[in-house]
Amino acid sequence: MPFISVFDVLGPNMIGPSSSHTAGAAVIAGLARKLIAPPLTSVRFTLYGSFAKTYRGHGTDRALLGGILGFATDDIRIRDSFRIAGERGLAFAFAADEAETELHPNTVDIRMENAAGQVMTVRGVSLGGGKVKIVRINGVEVDFTGEYSALIVIHRDTPGVVAHITRVLSDHHVNIAFMRLFREARGHTAYSIIESDGTLPDGIPGQLRGNPNIQDVMLVQP
Amino acid sequence: MDFKSGTELLALCRQEGQPISRIMRRRECLLGETAADEVERRMTRVLQIMRASTTQPLETPLRSMGGLIGGEAKRLAAHAAEKRDICGPVLQRAVTYAMAVLEVNASMGLIVAAPTAGSSGVVPALLLTLQEQYHISDQRLLDGLFNAGAVGYLAMRNATVAGAVGGCQAEVGVAAAMAASAAVELMGGGPEQCLNAASTVLMNMLGLVCDPVGGLVEFPCQSRNAAGVANALVAAELALSGVPQLIPFDEMLAAMYNVGRRLPAELRETALGGCAATPAACERCGGCG
Repeated sequence: MPFISVFDVLGPNMIGPSSSHTAGAAVIAGLARKLIAPPLTSVRFTLYGSFAKTYRGHGTDRALLGGILGFATDDIRIRDSFRIAGERGLAFAFAADEAETELHPNTVDIRMENAAGQVMTVRGVSLGGGKVKIVRINGVEVDFTGEYSALIVIHRDTPGVVAHITRVLSDHHVNIAFMRLFREARGHTAYSIIESDGTLPDGIPGQLRGNPNIQDVMLVQP
Repeated sequence: MDFKSGTELLALCRQEGQPISRIMRRRECLLGETAADEVERRMTRVLQIMRASTTQPLETPLRSMGGLIGGEAKRLAAHAAEKRDICGPVLQRAVTYAMAVLEVNASMGLIVAAPTAGSSGVVPALLLTLQEQYHISDQRLLDGLFNAGAVGYLAMRNATVAGAVGGCQAEVGVAAAMAASAAVELMGGGPEQCLNAASTVLMNMLGLVCDPVGGLVEFPCQSRNAAGVANALVAAELALSGVPQLIPFDEMLAAMYNVGRRLPAELRETALGGCAATPAACERCGGCG
């Protein structure tokens, strides 16, 4: 059982009204923005289940956009995220998909596009109490929470890549807490997600990119 | 320094000769691997946010996102200012503060989930009222928060604090149990009296359903937070008077969890039963379209 802190009980410090529908939404979007190089030019959110039904009354839309803008769960600017996004030239749209009922009730798909024309889609689930999980990146099923320092490596599913990753981590004396590999299909694109107890050094992504089979590396610090 | 139940917590308190708040502080430093001054700094921030959220709507009423509530705290404060209140100063103030926090929450203001956003009014309302009425220092109030945190932690660990899993008894019920235990420590009661008070709250709020109108954290949530404070005060008074509690906290928590899981889905935050399904609520909401 993971450690329950007194600040998990008296917390999170958050903009209301709901830890799952407001705080959790901001956390998911905050993680999503770390998966693509800034600056973003547009973002589209598709909401499912309870998110789709009640997002306006819970301010889920403002919280999602606030998270994309980099606001923490206790940042009062979440209230004004529509206006601030407009000022920053970020186009945004929301769609509610009430037909899809197979997903976790608090699920959102986030499609982001940056100034370089890159597109990234992320699916997140809000689990309650501000806890969240990223369950899909660019259509590939993944699983990470953002509570640990995490490295997300997009690479070709080919022999030797994982060895390269672990060698670089070993060079930096990183102790791996979790390491998982997710893939579309054999020989196609794979996602390696490494989570560490300590803070992963910022130099790791640059060194990993030296391998031609590695397409992209993202470092998500808690 | 860890404890997994109320029984273990009381054993630790006895063994160390320390109150619940002290044990919880030590647990946070040790198991959370955090320095004591950092833990105090974070809890001081919690107290700051709580204080702001209890007082702001008394001056400036706030309209909720869903439009179901707004301005209740100011009404209560005005009523008391005219000396027409019937609850007496402690309960009247505590009820006003609890309503205020939910007003802040529902209007996208800054609150501390305690243990959830929907039940965030109970703990700050009771602690800050006791501070005003009995001249308790901020330092002592932090003790109260750590004490409340210990009770909430046990509920999260051994039961649930999610309305979707256990109904309102798990949210406002647990919040009130936390507040009652904290109040007992602040007013001079021992660790056993603290958990007796927490147990009494869970007993008296057993079975309370979660039935938010329109699925929003507004109505009846705000009023239920006020009721939670009243329950916490009653339980703390009983415990401080030395009234025994037949059922230990751990057993009462298990009973609450069992009742919660037996509640039909309609009465666990789905907005399909209880208050949410009344004709008056449906007319205001129009959400089912």
